[in-house]
Amino acid sequence: MTIVFIIIIAAILLYVWFVYNSLVTAKIRVSEAFSQIDVQLKRRTDLIPNLIETVKGYAKHERELFEKVTEQRSALITAKGAKEKADVNNQLSQTLKSIFAVAENYPDLKASQNFLELQEELSDTENKIAYSRQFYNSNVMDYNTKLQVFPTVTFAKLLRFQPAEFFGTAEKDKEPVKVKF
Amino acid sequence: MEIYQTISANKIKTWLIMFLFVIFITTIVYVFGKALGYGWPMVGFALILAGVTSFSSYYYSDKLVLATVKAKAIEKKDNPELFRIVENLAIGDGLPKPKIYIINDPSPNAFATGRDPNHAVVCATTGLLEKLNRIELEGVISHELSHVKNYDTRLMAIVTILVGFVVIAANFFTRSLWFSGGRRDREGGGNIQLIFLLIGIVFAILSPIIATLIQLAVSRKREYLADASGALLTRYPDGLASALEKISADRRPVASASNANAHLFIVNPFRGKDAKAWFSSLFDTHPPVAERIKILRSM
Repeated sequence: MTIVFIIIIAAILLYVWFVYNSLVTAKIRVSEAFSQIDVQLKRRTDLIPNLIETVKGYAKHERELFEKVTEQRSALITAKGAKEKADVNNQLSQTLKSIFAVAENYPDLKASQNFLELQEELSDTENKIAYSRQFYNSNVMDYNTKLQVFPTVTFAKLLRFQPAEFFGTAEKDKEPVKVKF
Repeated sequence: MEIYQTISANKIKTWLIMFLFVIFITTIVYVFGKALGYGWPMVGFALILAGVTSFSSYYYSDKLVLATVKAKAIEKKDNPELFRIVENLAIGDGLPKPKIYIINDPSPNAFATGRDPNHAVVCATTGLLEKLNRIELEGVISHELSHVKNYDTRLMAIVTILVGFVVIAANFFTRSLWFSGGRRDREGGGNIQLIFLLIGIVFAILSPIIATLIQLAVSRKREYLADASGALLTRYPDGLASALEKISADRRPVASASNANAHLFIVNPFRGKDAKAWFSSLFDTHPPVAERIKILRSM
């Protein structure tokens, strides 16, 4: 009787051990994927001072935009966690969009080789952020699914595993486009 | 959800094929050893010989392939758009950026090779870069990166090695038959050894054929799987579908492709052999393109 009891306990311990290891692996994958996003965000924040300098040379009067973008840039550098970073990054994307829209009004700026290169670099970085976000989110989904399936869900909290946050896109992008006549 | 199911179904089938392959190889070595009456030392010798050959081909197969198809490495400044596409999709797949090679050939086609993601190479023909638009090119590159990510490039290298091993073993057996005749009579091993000898002869004839068939079957499963995971990466199966349409519409063969590397390409590099009987379709390195397009369109 005691032998059966010991075998059952050993089986449960083995199972928990296995689940624990697979959760740790999934969690490491999530944080690795997140550092990939960080690499791209860093690249973006490095490009912005250049952009401001270039645009300033042609469009001195857009001070408000420059201040906004500088502010959001430093907010992005200090932001912590997936949700905050995603929010600040999305705001920054919007501001950059308005800078490029404003640039349309300055033909000299638009023709500047330096500006064109920066625009190309920034849109490439934007794409890379999108792809690294996709990779991160699919890892988060794998990890969160592992956490929430039965029977793992019953003891995951005891092992101190928390669900990871998705790196969200801007809410504005998700809303349907409103057409006014 | 559809895409996830396709991937897991393909993975199960692939494991099954690999499992059967291992059993097949083990049985053959055992039967050959028994039939020749050499026993285990001879089997060991054959294993070591084949192992050394396999080991070196494992490390040099990618370089050999790239040399035989006359591919050249390119820098970022040579084709920034292609570089960006590969970089971005590699980020989306969580892979290091693979090296990029170009084959100077008007026939559109592409393949990936390398033993693991850190040594991966993606190779495209100049015809492919000219014919496809950005979205279609992304479809093709994501297909190739999926081969890298799923370790297809390694699997194909290993399968090639396994097939090579079977061929070596079969050759070894048929040759040694001529020398072992007298020895067997003196031993008087009886009926059991005779039966093993007959099975051995059958295996020697069949094994290269069976091994080739398995190699081709693995390759075909892998194409469907890479299509599915490529579509998961770009979230746009139609891009790859329309790229496949354009590639298969071009009837020119890739000049530097051969039997040894045909299974690597995204679409069979030898063209114009569509009307086929069931039996000859067993020897195809690729599933029918029409079938692949149909699956992609229904995702």
